[in-house]
Amino acid sequence: MGGYWSGILSILAINVIFAYGIFLPVATGQLNLGGAGFQALGAYVAAYLSYNYDWPVGATLPLAILVAGVVGFLVAFPILRLRGVYLVLGTFAFAEVVAGLILNSETLGGAMGLPVPAFVDYGVPIVLAALVTLFVFFLMSTRFGLVMRAVHDDEVVSDLMGVDIRGVKVAAFAIGAGLCGLAGGLYAHTFTYVEIQAFNALVSINVLLFVLLGGTQTAFGPLFGAAFFTLLPEALRILLPDLQQAVASLFGIKGEVRAPDDSWRFVILGLVTVLMMVFRPEGLVTRPLTEKLRPRRRARLAGGEVAA
Amino acid sequence: MTAPILSLDGVSKSFGGLDVISNVGFDVAAGGRTALIGPNGAGKTTLFNLIFGVYRQDSGAIRLEGRDISTVPSRRRIGLGMARSFQNIRLMPHLSVIENIMLGQQARANGLGAMLTPLSLFGRTKWRVEAEALLASMGLGTYPCEVVATLPYGIRKKIEVVRALAASPKLLLLDEPAAGLNPSETANLRDFLVEIADGGVTLLVVEHDMGFVRSLCDHAVVLNFGRKIYDGPTARVQDDPDVLEAYLGPRHAPAAAGEGAHAA
Repeated sequence: MGGYWSGILSILAINVIFAYGIFLPVATGQLNLGGAGFQALGAYVAAYLSYNYDWPVGATLPLAILVAGVVGFLVAFPILRLRGVYLVLGTFAFAEVVAGLILNSETLGGAMGLPVPAFVDYGVPIVLAALVTLFVFFLMSTRFGLVMRAVHDDEVVSDLMGVDIRGVKVAAFAIGAGLCGLAGGLYAHTFTYVEIQAFNALVSINVLLFVLLGGTQTAFGPLFGAAFFTLLPEALRILLPDLQQAVASLFGIKGEVRAPDDSWRFVILGLVTVLMMVFRPEGLVTRPLTEKLRPRRRARLAGGEVAA
Repeated sequence: MTAPILSLDGVSKSFGGLDVISNVGFDVAAGGRTALIGPNGAGKTTLFNLIFGVYRQDSGAIRLEGRDISTVPSRRRIGLGMARSFQNIRLMPHLSVIENIMLGQQARANGLGAMLTPLSLFGRTKWRVEAEALLASMGLGTYPCEVVATLPYGIRKKIEVVRALAASPKLLLLDEPAAGLNPSETANLRDFLVEIADGGVTLLVVEHDMGFVRSLCDHAVVLNFGRKIYDGPTARVQDDPDVLEAYLGPRHAPAAAGEGAHAA
C-alpha cells in the first residue's frame, strides 16, 4: 500500500476515535467544542514521553488517555454547569486555554513543537479505532447508554426517574475526553511531530460536524460522519479535474480547464454540509432508520423460533 | 379508613409573591382511587411537582407512609415507592417503547453493575424480559421496538402510565391521563387504570373529565386558586356549593346546586 493511502487510513482511524470522543457528551445533550484541547493534551503527553524518555507506544497511549480523561473529569464539574450556547463557549474556551498553555511552555517546545521518535503505521490506529467502536457500541447498549440518551431527551423527567444526571454527564464527558486523548496520542505517533497550531479551533469544529452530521442518536453516526468527511475531500481531490471538465462543458467551454488550485473541493464540502443541514438535520444515521433496518432481522429470528 | 399512604399537611408554595398553593392538606388512602380536581390554574400540577420534589414547598409537610419526604432530593423520591405521569406526554421521543419502560426501572437499577450490563446485546436480560412482560400484560405487547415519536397519541398516553408502573410503585400519580383522548380511548384507559388499582396500586389522579373521574375515583379533593375547597366522596362533589361556585361563578351556585350540573 502506498504512503498516501496508509496515511489516509491512519487519519480515518484517528478521526473515528476522535469523533466517538465528542459523540459521548453530545449523545447526553452536551455540545463539546473543546475537542482540539483534549486531543492536544493526548498528543503532547505521548510526544513528551516519547521524546524525553523514549517510552514505547504501548505506554504513551494509555497515559494519553488517562491524562485527557482525568482533565476531562475535573473540567466537567464546573463546565457542565453551563447550558446550551454557554457550554459550547465554555468548552471552546477550555481548548484555547490548553493551546495557550502549551504555546508558552518551554518544556513542551512552545511554538516549535516536539518531534516524536516512535512512529506507528496505519495498523495500530485501525485496530484501536475498531476497539473504540466496539466499546462505544457496547456502552450504548447498556443501561448507562440508555440513561445517556434519556438525559439528552429530557433532563427533568430523567431526574424524576431516578437517573443521576450529573453523574451521567460527567462520566460521558470524561470518557469522551479520554478518547479524544487517545486520538491525540495516535496523531502524535502517526505524524511524528506535534505543534500546537495543528490543534486549532477548526479541528474542534470539524470533529463536532462529523458527529452532528453523522447523527447523534446511534453509535453508527460518528463512524459514518467521520468516514464521510474524511474520505469526501480525498475523493474530491481525485474526481475534481473530471468534475471541472464536466461543469465547463455544460457552459460550452471546450478544451483544458484548470482551477487556480484545488481549494474548490472545500467549497463542495461546504455545500454538502449545508445540504445535509437542510435535508437531514438529525444527521445521516437516525434511530428510526436503524429500527427500520431491524425488523427484517427480527422477523427472521421469529420465523426461526417458530420453525424450531 | 386505612392509614394514608400519602399525607399533605399545611403545604404552601408561592412563586414571586403569587401564592400557588396555600395551606393545602389532605390524605390519600392506601389502596384507594383519589381524584384531584379543580379549574385550570388551581395548582394541581404544582402540587404534583411538590410531591416529587421538582420544587420544594415553602412550608408544610409531605409524608409518604408516615415519613416526611420534604428533604429527599427529587431523584430519590421515585425509589420511595411512588411514580407519576405528566400532563403533556413526556416520554423520551428518541427512545423505543421498551427503552422508555426500562428507563422506568431506573430507580431499582442504579448500581454500577446494573448500569454497565448490556440490556439486550447478548440475549435478553431480566430487565428487558420484565419490561416486555409488563408491556404485554397491559395489552401493549405489539409495540416494543417502535420509536415513541412515531406512535399515536392514545398509545403514548398509556405507555407513559406503564413507564411509571415499571418503577413498581405503591402510589401512582397521574396528571390528566384522559386529556386529548376520544370517548372510546377514555373508556379503555379507565378499564386499564382499574386493572392497575385492583393490582394493589393506589391512584391519585388529576383530571378534568368528570365522567371519567366519577367512574374511576371514589374520593375527590378539589382545589381552587391553590386552596382546598372540597375533600370527600366523588359522588357528592357536584352538589357542593363551593365547588359549583369555583366552576360556574357565584351567581350560579345556588340555582345549579339542585341540578347536578356539569362541573367540567
